Amino acid sequence: MIPLHWYLIVAGALFCLGLYGILARRNAVAILMSIELVLNSVNLNLVAFWRYLAPETVNGQMFAIIVFAVAAAEAAVGLGLIISIYRNRQTVIVEDINLLKW
Amino acid sequence: MEITPLTITFGIFAIFALGGGLGVVLSRNLLHAALYLILSLFGIAGLFITLEAPFLAIVQVLVYIGAISILITITIMVTRRVMGVTDSVNNQWPVAAIGALFTFGAIVFVLVSNFHGRVAAGDVPADMIERIGLAFASPQGYLLPFEVASLLLLAALIGAIVVARE
Repeated sequence: MIPLHWYLIVAGALFCLGLYGILARRNAVAILMSIELVLNSVNLNLVAFWRYLAPETVNGQMFAIIVFAVAAAEAAVGLGLIISIYRNRQTVIVEDINLLKW
Repeated sequence: MEITPLTITFGIFAIFALGGGLGVVLSRNLLHAALYLILSLFGIAGLFITLEAPFLAIVQVLVYIGAISILITITIMVTRRVMGVTDSVNNQWPVAAIGALFTFGAIVFVLVSNFHGRVAAGDVPADMIERIGLAFASPQGYLLPFEVASLLLLAALIGAIVVARE
């Protein structure tokens, strides 16, 4: 049996890769992809804790399924917003989208 | 720690997940980043298999690899005028890298010191998928979150159409 902390280290590394991508990338689509990485690492953590601490319940898998649904909604709306911004401003570089910056 | 088929499988899929993640944040070509994202999501699906959650692995392949990556790829192609941009990271990337490394250190320290060497508390019931389905349909279980998720998906569907149409 694989020890629990191996999964936690993999999920933590994936989370921090996503965090770096969110903070450092300039393209809005790349930022959205990094958010997907972060959500996946959280899912991996949820399922690992479910398997190792309470495998006879369904709670951990339920949380992961709800995260799937929210991630799908977030991706659809986010990519719709990006396409809309691209139509109006011909760019998806987040530094150039400064309409609300005073 | 002895080498068993399970640990080898875990290692392969962990390399898929982390290597794909590295490719997502580091590759300059966005289309390559999307392909690396698919590799990473596939690695996570394999890790779900090693955690004895096959239903989640299938949902991962269907929802993430089947739907979300296709959506992302189409968006990249629609907005491709900026695909060949030279600088893929902004000028605060060293701070971001240091912050991410620091966060990783903190996460590993807290989690490993609390859960070092923990092994599974028991076995997964054989009828796990049936239990998930029943929990989604029972008012004592997860009926309300299920309905809220349906409403959220409907709102996201309508919102995405309204926002993105001509």
